[in-house]
Amino acid sequence: MRAARIDLTTQVRRYTATSRGALAASGVLVLVLVWLPAFAGESTVNRLTQFFSLLILAVGWNLLAGYGGMVSIGQQAFLGLSSYAVLYLSLHGVLAWWAVPLAISFAGVVSVPISFLAFRLRGSFFAIGTWVIADVCLLVVAQVETLGGGAGASLNDLNNFKPITVDDVTYWVGLAIAVATLVACALVLRSRLGLALISIRDDERAAEATGVNVARTKRIVYVLSAAICGGAGALLILANLEVQPDSTFSVQYSAFMIFMVLVGGIGTFEGPVVGAILFFALQQWLAADGVWYLIILGAVAVAVTLWLPKGIWGTVDPNNRRSLVPLRHRVDLHRATKSSD
Amino acid sequence: MIWINAIIQGLLLGGLYAMFSCGLSLMFGVMRFVNLAHGDFAVLSAYVAYVLVEHAGGTPLWTFAAVIPAAAIVGFLLQRLLLDRALIGGSLSPLLVTFGLSILIENVLQQSFGANNESLFVGSLSYESWKVNNTIYLGRLDVIVFVIAVGLIAGLQLFLSRSRPGRMMRATADNRRAASLSGVNERRVRATATAIALATVAIGGLFLAMRTSFTPTSGSNDLIFAFESVIIGGLGNLWGTLLGGLILGVAQTVGSQINPADGILAGHLVFLAILAYRPQGIIAPRSADS
Repeated sequence: MRAARIDLTTQVRRYTATSRGALAASGVLVLVLVWLPAFAGESTVNRLTQFFSLLILAVGWNLLAGYGGMVSIGQQAFLGLSSYAVLYLSLHGVLAWWAVPLAISFAGVVSVPISFLAFRLRGSFFAIGTWVIADVCLLVVAQVETLGGGAGASLNDLNNFKPITVDDVTYWVGLAIAVATLVACALVLRSRLGLALISIRDDERAAEATGVNVARTKRIVYVLSAAICGGAGALLILANLEVQPDSTFSVQYSAFMIFMVLVGGIGTFEGPVVGAILFFALQQWLAADGVWYLIILGAVAVAVTLWLPKGIWGTVDPNNRRSLVPLRHRVDLHRATKSSD
Repeated sequence: MIWINAIIQGLLLGGLYAMFSCGLSLMFGVMRFVNLAHGDFAVLSAYVAYVLVEHAGGTPLWTFAAVIPAAAIVGFLLQRLLLDRALIGGSLSPLLVTFGLSILIENVLQQSFGANNESLFVGSLSYESWKVNNTIYLGRLDVIVFVIAVGLIAGLQLFLSRSRPGRMMRATADNRRAASLSGVNERRVRATATAIALATVAIGGLFLAMRTSFTPTSGSNDLIFAFESVIIGGLGNLWGTLLGGLILGVAQTVGSQINPADGILAGHLVFLAILAYRPQGIIAPRSADS
């Protein structure tokens, strides 16, 4: 009896037909979105700007909690600080649109010292600790009279432009931040850093033992996530043309982020995008009924965590087979008889 | 003299915070997560008492008899129906579930009662006080709350160190698996811990509602103060939690004495300072858990 011998060759690749198609489609979608203000009405443009802010928040929180394993309910600190940075710069002669990258950097820089405090705490305590820090930011900012104190202030330096121009430019700023956020996240997750991050989330001790610098990796992700949140904050002050401490530092933003990421699928790249679309639809549909949508939001967050812990995307694609974004390497086995290079 | 008064009022306030935080500490000890809806359960209890008084009349004091057992039953069911399930899902799930619950409770209350400030009026007890000297007055209710808080913590400590279910609870907190192997019914321990936690937070919620006022969303602040007390005092030690509550209370009243708007901020800053310089808390845990 002859032993059956099958020769296998392996091929490692990142791209699949699905991900190539999805990338091409995303490229087309982005081009359409860039062009959109030319043919869409102002209300559509403004709503999409709001949507971009939600998308940015969801992606940033997912990076921190879904990939970094750090559940924060204090990311609104960076949202608010960045909004106020735009306000501050515009009061000091910087055009609000140009202030956006500076405000984003500011959120990132401030998060470095904050991380040293917050990282003293883990798990549940980290979550509430970050909330306390956000509350400190609120209480301090509300006392700065030149920034409007507790009543807040409006952003006036865009008044010289036509309202339509303001809306359109803000829309483009939002689109740019959203696209940059998604691309940056994809690149981070594909890199060595992303791999280290996922290994920490899955088992911190094992990651440390295999030579991952846990503290540094977590800090980098925390800062990155703060900067992303800052992007949303800068966008929101441009969209609303005013800022008020109680609302910009509201823990409600954390509720939104958690809802979008949970429902979409925590720890997946596509999940927060799905979650942001759903949340946006829910908000448009129910916003007129006051707090009802928040009640539904809370109930769905509980139900999804308990009965659909992987969220929508994680349930649709449990083994990352249909991944739309080429984040991971995959190994394909081929019979040697088939010609392969 | 105004400073001494601020410190004394702070100590009295701190008793209330300690009352809020002992349940949080207990649940964390047994299950290693913080119930993010903890403060909202305090507010929920206050609204239940408010409705009871409105319909049945009388002084709010009798509602303790109804609200405390109800809160304990809710805690038991909460553990059995939701939290036990959440604990299976890893370390993030209990956080996310209780945060969802927090949003749910706050907004249901907002929908039902509006965003107004409410308060439980307990007749002459609300304003009567003992005069120490011309600056220092001790509110009768404040002193009663303080005494009950200390009694509650002493009772809980006695329960944990002397009673059989209390020992099981400590065993579970120390080493879940070993406790389970020696015959501790872990599910029952968890449900008991949550029931006790909600009963204590209901007591705290009612007293807070009598001392000051409450709104549908004031539970968030209650949670933060309870959490700060636990961290300041040091984990895993109820007397530490009491101490933490007292320090937080004093920080807040002294802060408000400096600038009326700065009370809460001063409390936060003391908390952050402890975090930076003594992260294990004032009274460090005796042994690191394995």
